[in-house]
Amino acid sequence: MLLSSTSSQQLRRQLAAEGVNLKVGPFCINLTSNLPVVSDGLVDFYGDYTVEPRDEVIDFYIQLKSPSILRRWIRPQTTFSFDGHLPFKPLPQAQAFAMFEWGLNWCVANNALQYLVIHSAVVEKGGKAFIFPGTPGSGKSTLCAGLISQGWRLLSDEMALISLTTGLVTPIPRPISLKNESIEIVRSLSKDIFVGSRIHDTAKGDVAHMRAPQNSVNKSTEQATPAAIIFPKYRKGAATELSTLSKGRTFIALADNSFNYHVLGSRAFNALTRLVDQCDCYNFTYQYLDEAYATMERLING
Amino acid sequence: MAKPLAQTHIVRFLKDPKVASSLFTAKDWELLLRQARRTNLLSRIAFLIDKSKLIDQVPEPLGHQLNGATIIADSNLQSVHREVSKIYAALSEIKSPFVLLKGAAYVASRKNTAHGRLFSDVDIMVKKELLGVSEKALYRHGWITSKIDPYDQKYYRKWMHELPPMRNLKRRSELDVHHTIIPPTARLKPDVQKIWGASEPVPDYPGLFVLSPCDMVLHSATHLFHEGEFHQGLRDLSDLDSLLREHSDNDPDFWQRLPERAKELNLSRPLYYGLRYCRILFDTPIPDQCYQEISVAGAPSRLGILAMDWLLMKAMTPTCIHHPNRFVGIPNFILYVRSHYLRMPPNLLIPHLIRKAFKPE
Repeated sequence: MLLSSTSSQQLRRQLAAEGVNLKVGPFCINLTSNLPVVSDGLVDFYGDYTVEPRDEVIDFYIQLKSPSILRRWIRPQTTFSFDGHLPFKPLPQAQAFAMFEWGLNWCVANNALQYLVIHSAVVEKGGKAFIFPGTPGSGKSTLCAGLISQGWRLLSDEMALISLTTGLVTPIPRPISLKNESIEIVRSLSKDIFVGSRIHDTAKGDVAHMRAPQNSVNKSTEQATPAAIIFPKYRKGAATELSTLSKGRTFIALADNSFNYHVLGSRAFNALTRLVDQCDCYNFTYQYLDEAYATMERLING
Repeated sequence: MAKPLAQTHIVRFLKDPKVASSLFTAKDWELLLRQARRTNLLSRIAFLIDKSKLIDQVPEPLGHQLNGATIIADSNLQSVHREVSKIYAALSEIKSPFVLLKGAAYVASRKNTAHGRLFSDVDIMVKKELLGVSEKALYRHGWITSKIDPYDQKYYRKWMHELPPMRNLKRRSELDVHHTIIPPTARLKPDVQKIWGASEPVPDYPGLFVLSPCDMVLHSATHLFHEGEFHQGLRDLSDLDSLLREHSDNDPDFWQRLPERAKELNLSRPLYYGLRYCRILFDTPIPDQCYQEISVAGAPSRLGILAMDWLLMKAMTPTCIHHPNRFVGIPNFILYVRSHYLRMPPNLLIPHLIRKAFKPE
């Protein structure tokens, strides 16, 4: 059953009681919340996702709620609970949906040890997956949003899940988190793109989410073969430039960008060696998205 | 409402994995793993499932969680080995013998309880007269004290049985350096010379020791029932159960020695609690004679027992979403105050608690 086939009252009731079993990529999440911000966020961004039956085995139990009755009324706040454990300090309630997204990232990054998890966006076209490792300000989310507006498939905006056994990337398409200037840039890309309202004054500045395309969500179970690793760098006034990066440097940069390399140890080393071996590796500087699209198309066809 | 602790999946499984899981549905396995995660026992449960050959009965998506828990335990174990060898290198430079305590000691002396156990830090004990030079040696090897607040420095150095927690600059690993097993300001006053006297050398590492079997049990019990935080209480109690079983298997006189040693070290009360709750929750095979002896020497009043039963069982019960442990704040608060009361006389305690209450973390 799709989430969008539930009425919003029904959804709100279920969220406040037994929770909603949401299938997100390879994971099943039980989400409980009595906050309207959260149920509205689900309606806006998770309508195309499957709701699993009640007896489904759950990977992550997540709850977002007010820390106390007082905090429901005075400067309302939200806590994020991973099955009773509170890994973060409370945030203003207006950020509750964003907190769900951040918290879910944390759950996957810290617990999904069947994958080497690398902080990066992943898109796919013609069976080839491109991995864009992200450092803040690199413009990976903008580039990722741009490419999917051109028909590329979204596997993830935030993390590459590399299987330790097969080396394939498992999709986990979710809303794309946009920051500050990139919000309006992405909003103006195409009329088919839905970007939610701005959430002001978060730890990362202003944040807004872009809904994942329906066909990417529908292909959540289709793994992809990594073909290229591209470190994007958005720079004003810079010419579009793609330059080859050595495998050694790529390896080290990816290990630095990985959430669980240190825990996985030799397993991560082997998976990362295979990944870097099978991919072409580049640094990529860009200012204009149109030129970036053209470069990526050339790489896919070349 | 959460079930009473003894009937939770996690306690039943720790007691007897095969019997407990014989009627488990997929959702029961899931709840077991959730409770295990909340009590920091997931890696141990993964070990027990493997050892009892139950993995085929676990629903597939949960297999990933168990594998992950095993990977974490392996990586943890590696880092303990690494830390201990680095500490050893630092302290053997100045010929300061030291005793490994708790988790690291279970690893060094190859105890069963080391299997699937996670370690957040390494605990060691050095001789009090060598505390200053040991601190300097560790400092030279990259450990610095992490609590820089002058009040905290004074609190540890003047009143506690340990230095302020140290942290390695490069590896971020934590180290607690003790000079006795219980704060000198506490009501119970075990003689640390006797503990050193009974400690056992670790083969191939001259100058490195672990506590004797009896003292290891007594320290584990003392630590558990003097601490103010019980979110790891079930894990610690399960350690104690495992130590008791292993030591009594290895030494037929163990059950006779244990209460005697407790009296000698003035630690009968914590041992009484340890044996009581191991018996209640895990059916640890403690002979009646031993239990009688320690009850006479260490049991509090009947009212005290009733209060402790409620407080501990409540505080150790895991809280999960949809399985709330309502009002757990009350026993947690009482146990927190109790731990401080046991640790310091009122003229030190009251100013300390007031300060803690008004100073943000």
